[in-house]
Amino acid sequence: MIKVERLKKTFGTKHAVDDISFSVERGEVLGFLGPNGAGKSTTMRMITGFLPPTSGTVKVGGFDITTQPIPAKKLMGYLPENAPAYTDMTVHGFLDFTAEIRGLRNEAKKAALNRVVELCFLKSVLHQNVDTLSKGYRHRTCFAQSIIHDPDVLILDEPTDGLDPNQKHEIRQLIRKMGETKAIIFSTHILEEVAAVCTRAIIIDQGKIVANGTPEELRRKSEWAGAVSLRLIGADKAVVVDQLGRLRSAKRVTAEAQGSRVLATVFPRTAGDSQLTREVLEATNGWQVEELRTEEGRLDEVFRTITLPDTAGKEFKS
Amino acid sequence: MNPFGNIKTIAKRELRAYFSSPVAYVFIVIFLLLNGFFTFMVGGFFERGEASLTGSFFMWHPWFYLFLVPAVGMKLWADERRVGTLELLLTMPIAPWEAIAGKFIASWLFLGLALLLTFPVVLTVNYLGSPDNGVIFTAYVGSWLMAGAYLAVSCITSAITRSQVVSFIISVVACLFLILAGFPPVINLLQGLTHNGQWLVELITSFSVITHFDGFQKGVLDSRDVLFFLSVIGFSLFTTSVILRTHRTS
Repeated sequence: MIKVERLKKTFGTKHAVDDISFSVERGEVLGFLGPNGAGKSTTMRMITGFLPPTSGTVKVGGFDITTQPIPAKKLMGYLPENAPAYTDMTVHGFLDFTAEIRGLRNEAKKAALNRVVELCFLKSVLHQNVDTLSKGYRHRTCFAQSIIHDPDVLILDEPTDGLDPNQKHEIRQLIRKMGETKAIIFSTHILEEVAAVCTRAIIIDQGKIVANGTPEELRRKSEWAGAVSLRLIGADKAVVVDQLGRLRSAKRVTAEAQGSRVLATVFPRTAGDSQLTREVLEATNGWQVEELRTEEGRLDEVFRTITLPDTAGKEFKS
Repeated sequence: MNPFGNIKTIAKRELRAYFSSPVAYVFIVIFLLLNGFFTFMVGGFFERGEASLTGSFFMWHPWFYLFLVPAVGMKLWADERRVGTLELLLTMPIAPWEAIAGKFIASWLFLGLALLLTFPVVLTVNYLGSPDNGVIFTAYVGSWLMAGAYLAVSCITSAITRSQVVSFIISVVACLFLILAGFPPVINLLQGLTHNGQWLVELITSFSVITHFDGFQKGVLDSRDVLFFLSVIGFSLFTTSVILRTHRTS
């Protein structure tokens, strides 16, 4: 549905987006990750036809966004960053306007309005002016606007930004459900969201794609993937480190004493190696094990190692 | 959907937005008060003793519009950019020119409404005497066209900046030029400065709204004057579209 080829955008001398290619099919939810200023929003703005690309092409449903913008835009719903909405209108007036501009009339318009009002829980604020809404409601109003014509393609720039945990959960569920029949791209700061919603994730840094895969594939790039954490009672820290460090599949061991307990983590030589868990289990014979678990790998750690540290720090505020 | 449907939808939204805030009502009241005051007090409508609106009513319009039209037009694009709704609007399945036309038409209709509400003046002059209503009608058309020209200039300045205040100031200055180029004292000054350059004076005055509004006030519906206002509108809206495009490319 969405096909991005060698997309580039330069502002002056700065390469905001530098030669990005990827595609999204129906039934896929693509998570867009990256530090602030990595080019996520710029890429989305080019896909939706707001910014013309410096070079490269974007095709939505087979229509080129620069040469056939109208049919391409008809297929898309877009939630821009910060969820802008006309402040001098009521929620109903705003949604009515966006429905009309999407070509919906009379009964079809009424049905579409009812559907999105219900999906986005807007009933209580329907006749309130947009500028009096709280951030969460305004966000959902703009989100409602993006799905009012039930588009095949959805581009969502930080759809859960500024929502409370319940609302975040609702929106995620909605995205996942819609993702079964649509092609969705959404950007986020929150890595757990990627694991919860996406079928695939792309990490961008400095305008380039640095990782592209399913959340599981990305996790496996972490040195935590397949690592074994265990908590032992009454063991000596030095002995534990020494014993576990000798295991064939172990790369290194960290340990920390907590009163009478020792917390140890064994990292595998090859990420995601399940052999390590077995070896650790065998080696724990003489110890009293309180807890033992195999780690799945940590997205945030992958994120930090493959994006530049000076920009990544800001990203983790949320 | 057809372009007219899109333009209508956008114009409708824009008009609704005008009347959902007090700005529209304040504007109309001020416009009517100014008209009343200048026609009867400054213009000396009664003292003139003539059944005409030309010298007392319409002659003030270029000056009212100088401040009032930029106030109407200043938010058209500046606010869209400031709030970020421009991104929403331009990613909808519409052509940019449809959005530009829709917004312009809405504001122009609004100005037309304000102008129509001056109808008591027409009733008054008809009650007191028997004026040539054809002349009055033509002058109204001219006044509306002139307001459209000012408005289109305000569209440009509004597209240039995010700040409504900056937009207002620049468009007042630009519209002031459109007036002064045909203002008699300025013409006299120009003639004094250029001894043999009659053509230059004519060129400058031909850009003035006053020169072109004159005909309408006298009841002359000259196609050249109509064309002047329409081409100012067309050119300004085209410039607006170019500016909006440049913002996105750079």
